[in-house]
Amino acid sequence: MDLVANNLSYKPDNQYHLNEVSFNFKEGNLYTILGRTLSGKTTLLKTIAGLLTPDSGEIEFDGKNFLKVPVWERNVAMVYQQFINYPHLNVFENIAFPLKQRKIDQSVINDKVMDALKSVGLVGFENRKIQELSGGQQQRVSLARSLVKNAKILLLDEPLVNLDYKLREQLREEFKNLFSKGLADETILIYSTTDPRETMELNGEVIVLDEGKVLQVGPAKEIFENPNSLKVAEISNDPPMNIIEAKISDNHIKFEGIDVEAPQHLSKLTEDGLKIGLRSSDIELNENGHEFEVELAEISGSETLLHLKRGNTKIIVSIEEVLNFKIHDKIKINFKIDKAYAFHADGKLASSPFGGLNG
Amino acid sequence: MNKLYIFLKYFFIVVWTVFVVAPFLWALTTSFKDFQSVNGGVTYIPWVDFEPNLEGWKVLIKSPAKGGVDIIEPYFNSLFVTCTASLISIILGTLSAYALSRYTFKAGFVKNNDITFFFISQRIMPPIVLSIPFFLFLSSINLLDSLTGLIVVYIVLLMPIAVWIMVDFFNKVPREIDETALIDGCNPYQAFLKVVLPNSIPGLIVAGMFCIIFGWIDFFFAFILTFTEVQLLPVKIVALNSSVTPWWSLSASALVSVAPLIIVAFIVERYLSKGNLSGAIK
Repeated sequence: MDLVANNLSYKPDNQYHLNEVSFNFKEGNLYTILGRTLSGKTTLLKTIAGLLTPDSGEIEFDGKNFLKVPVWERNVAMVYQQFINYPHLNVFENIAFPLKQRKIDQSVINDKVMDALKSVGLVGFENRKIQELSGGQQQRVSLARSLVKNAKILLLDEPLVNLDYKLREQLREEFKNLFSKGLADETILIYSTTDPRETMELNGEVIVLDEGKVLQVGPAKEIFENPNSLKVAEISNDPPMNIIEAKISDNHIKFEGIDVEAPQHLSKLTEDGLKIGLRSSDIELNENGHEFEVELAEISGSETLLHLKRGNTKIIVSIEEVLNFKIHDKIKINFKIDKAYAFHADGKLASSPFGGLNG
Repeated sequence: MNKLYIFLKYFFIVVWTVFVVAPFLWALTTSFKDFQSVNGGVTYIPWVDFEPNLEGWKVLIKSPAKGGVDIIEPYFNSLFVTCTASLISIILGTLSAYALSRYTFKAGFVKNNDITFFFISQRIMPPIVLSIPFFLFLSSINLLDSLTGLIVVYIVLLMPIAVWIMVDFFNKVPREIDETALIDGCNPYQAFLKVVLPNSIPGLIVAGMFCIIFGWIDFFFAFILTFTEVQLLPVKIVALNSSVTPWWSLSASALVSVAPLIIVAFIVERYLSKGNLSGAIK
């Protein structure tokens, strides 16, 4: 049973929330929608759920026109980024709600709810009020409620974004386990996120969305290795990929007085307006490197993010240890230039170290 | 510092309590007095200051033929009109408020907020402005001096309060809750009845309380739109007043007329202390 969309557009108030979005989702697969905030992720999920009607375009599910089916008959499940549960019901009643709606036998409901509670690790919480639970537990309840339905389409709209760091890691791990079990059956799983790391970890098919437009579709690894444009490279990296305006001539990359030998996959590019992309993790501190000035140094976890400047070029470097720098310190860095990407002036990928569009 | 704080706290509590309770005490003692005790200076303690009697209370239930003012019928008229009008206002008001909160209406330049304001604007006009149209309207459909006519008018007056309170309340209930209910297999009516409404009980109670209070205390429309057939309590109480002000029966009638509101307050207070009024929805 495939979920197929053709040229979905949604344009309230003359602004595109979805712009000619097409996709073909197959059952038993995980799809990750990656995009920044306001890129149209939630709109797309709500359109699939039936909460929004697109202005144009079609959605077909199992060969039938999905747009003619009202929300309550679509058999989809959705988990919101806010922890949405029914506040007047306790945990058990919350999870049982969609089943009761289908008039299923009470004993069957009991079994299914207990199974769902087990799979999200909330056994023993049946009689708790929703307000008595922590954010992470509330989100587990809404996940359990969406699992218990055996919906053919499961939509997860940034389910981890409102949780604190530790819970997010923990729940992400549990999600992965659930998905790998759940994927055996016939569910289409659609997961939206802003976090490139989450995308890579979930390792599904990725749809990169920006301003309502699909920029690239492909497996997570492919998106990471061969982003088809500057935009995708920015969206799929956190911190965003460094973009340096440079010139390549005589096998050398030149910018801001720096001159490095071009790696093989970049050597043939000589056009004007070329942009070099380099991940923040592909730059290292080196005594013999090029001098940059520190604009800002932030320590996040066990990582140090350095915002550096030289002339008009600003870059971000991430270093896997905690280092203390002051503003205006001068430091020396080296580029792992063989990991560099090149983009044409219009933003399209020119060459990637992983072989995309070589030369 | 701490002692001063406790002292001040109790001081203000006591002052406020006296402020609130004193009128009731005054009315209560006065209702048991006769003409002489009322006019004989400040007296408060029964049997010591004055000899209590039940004359003030008896007047309220005696028939006019025996020199009383029978308030029993007006009392039940008032209860019936207030409760019916409040109930209908809450039902209609809640439904309109939900629609105004969740759906987009457009008729030319008129949009949701304009419609909500239209409801509230009914209460902005001074009642006197409304009295003549209401009078003419009721007389044209032959409902002057009838309970039904009063109920119709009170619905017009009370529904804006319900709409106003409930629109605000529904706007604070996240839309995602309705949406989740739809996704979980409810049609829009079921989503409203099974999910939105049970979570709106606090709002319903507040709106209901306001409707009951405003309906119960209205004198103006009850006075203008009724004559002999039907009388409501506030009108009857005012009618008690004659050349000699009967403080005793006025006090007694004041106490009976406040009683239903006190009962409502106690019921609501029980709900409040259960704790399921506040924080139902984060």
